[in-house]
Amino acid sequence: MSEKEQKKYFFDKPKNVQWTMRIFYIICVLLVLADFIIHRHIGLPWEEIPAFYALYGFVACVVLVVIAKEMRKIVMRKENYYDE
Amino acid sequence: MSELPPFALYFIAACLVLASQGTVRKVILLATPVIAALHIWLNIDTGTLSTYAILNFELTLMRTDKLSLLFAYLFCLASFISTIFALHVNDAKQEIAGLVYAGSALGAVFAGDLITLFIFWELLAISSVVFIWARGTERAIDAGMRYLIFQITSGVFLLAGALAHYHATGSLAFGNIGLESVAGWLILVAFGIKSAFPFLHSWLTDGYPEATATGTVFLSAFTTKVAVYALARGFAGEEILVYIGVTMACFPIFYAVIENDLRKVLAYSLINQVGFMVTGIGIGTALAMNGAVAHAFSDVIFKGLLFMTMGAVLYRVGHANGSDLGGLYKSMPKTTVFCIIGAMSISAFPLFSGFVSKSMIMSALMLEDYSYLWLFMLFASAGVFHHAGIKIPYFAFFAHDSGLRPQEAPTNMLIAMGLAATLCILIGVQPQYLYSLLPWEVDYWPYDTTHVLAQLQLLFFSALAFVWLNKRGMYPPELHSVNLDVEWLYRKILPEGVYRCLIFLHSIKESVMTAAIAPMYSIRNSFSQSSIAKYHLSESWPTGSMVFWVSIILVAYLLLDIFVYR
Repeated sequence: MSEKEQKKYFFDKPKNVQWTMRIFYIICVLLVLADFIIHRHIGLPWEEIPAFYALYGFVACVVLVVIAKEMRKIVMRKENYYDE
Repeated sequence: MSELPPFALYFIAACLVLASQGTVRKVILLATPVIAALHIWLNIDTGTLSTYAILNFELTLMRTDKLSLLFAYLFCLASFISTIFALHVNDAKQEIAGLVYAGSALGAVFAGDLITLFIFWELLAISSVVFIWARGTERAIDAGMRYLIFQITSGVFLLAGALAHYHATGSLAFGNIGLESVAGWLILVAFGIKSAFPFLHSWLTDGYPEATATGTVFLSAFTTKVAVYALARGFAGEEILVYIGVTMACFPIFYAVIENDLRKVLAYSLINQVGFMVTGIGIGTALAMNGAVAHAFSDVIFKGLLFMTMGAVLYRVGHANGSDLGGLYKSMPKTTVFCIIGAMSISAFPLFSGFVSKSMIMSALMLEDYSYLWLFMLFASAGVFHHAGIKIPYFAFFAHDSGLRPQEAPTNMLIAMGLAATLCILIGVQPQYLYSLLPWEVDYWPYDTTHVLAQLQLLFFSALAFVWLNKRGMYPPELHSVNLDVEWLYRKILPEGVYRCLIFLHSIKESVMTAAIAPMYSIRNSFSQSSIAKYHLSESWPTGSMVFWVSIILVAYLLLDIFVYR
């Protein structure tokens, strides 16, 4: 058991985490760069904004989380709220 | 043989399961979906109609077209995968319920009239609740009861709507119903409950997380998808559905972000996905309708896959709370990979099944000039990735190490998950097979540069937002909690309200009593002080003595009757 405990898994090594994140950031940068190279079809006016989808995805998720966090103040109750 | 409706195969199998045991039973369970699918493929053609008569009504047991066939194949597939996933469970109740449930779903999609639909609608309700009750906990039993009340109410609306429809049109046929009459609205409410419209959705988020580890997999596949089928059949192109669908796609994602029970997160995300389908049905163009049913198809598989992975976690760990999980990839690597495939499919990554179906609905929104709603749906798409795509795998399998080292899922679960995962990728990579099954003729291909680039940007930057929020410590931590939703109205406000009312009525009763009794006391007091009170008969007598004298009189009557008046 103790041997198992000490076994190092992939994400236990900070180096692996670092590399994974680096690859992720590079992909993000490449996707934005691609927006300036590849022509997207434009169906709606706001799609013309450079890297519209990237911006929208980021902002949407931040807004989602911020609102959800505020919601917690109103709707969150103890786990056994209904059992009382 | 060709006359035999596919649901009958399932019902016969349910009887056989009852009479068999052990390996034979397992073989029956596994063979039924395969035989049913083959039967549909070989013996049932589009355009088949088979009718029967009850009283003066001509009812249509089988109406076969491409729409019903697509769902029929889907349900056979779903029941096959779910059965494999649940193969280790030796519980006749759940095994029979699984067969009856899947069979009823098949019956419902082939039903050609509203009465037949109603019968299967109710069978779906009754058979599915078994999966919640089978958990056996007090919470599950209560949740199951609430679930059943919603489902039965839906059936009542359907029956009322069917009768009103018959009264108005003289026909029970289940075709396009529309919203011109009261009947249409009644039926829409019935379908709306089962497809978890906003405010009618709480049975789903309340009931599904309480079901057994394997039961939720069954539940996620059938009920809501039968409702989606029914909406597509009855209310295609009703604009109100667009707005309902967009609401359904948007509001659950907020709850999903702050919910701790990961199976409940999936329940919210199920509503979100059904929202996309309902929107597609509301738009009503061939592209949108194809998108809706294609999305139902891929959703059954990827949502089933996600519920399976969380079911495996529940089975091995005993709970699925994000707050107490983490690091499970170390001992459940295969389940982790399957979960990531499910997560990428639901998030609509290119080359995964969600992408090829959801993009149709998004394109249809754009083509029909719902540009602002399109923005909302894009928000919902990013949100799906956030809560289902990242949150589920991250908090269960990665995040901080919880120290839990459960065993890998049992082989049968791994096979079921592997099958679903393969299908997710197969549909994503080779969508033409799914497209060829779609009911409407549309020339559509999802893989063009614009689509792929746009979707990848959206998803990667949603992920970037997750990373950024996490690093800044702004991401809401997983907490032991419940979040108030619509069920608060009937689980807290209503009982509390009734209790308050009872207390209020009680206090009224008390004050009336005191007000009415006080004068009576004073009357009695003044009487006892008066001169008549001294007489013997005016004294207060015990009730017993009166009963005694009455019985004496009755006995006297009896004796007189017997001896004197004879």
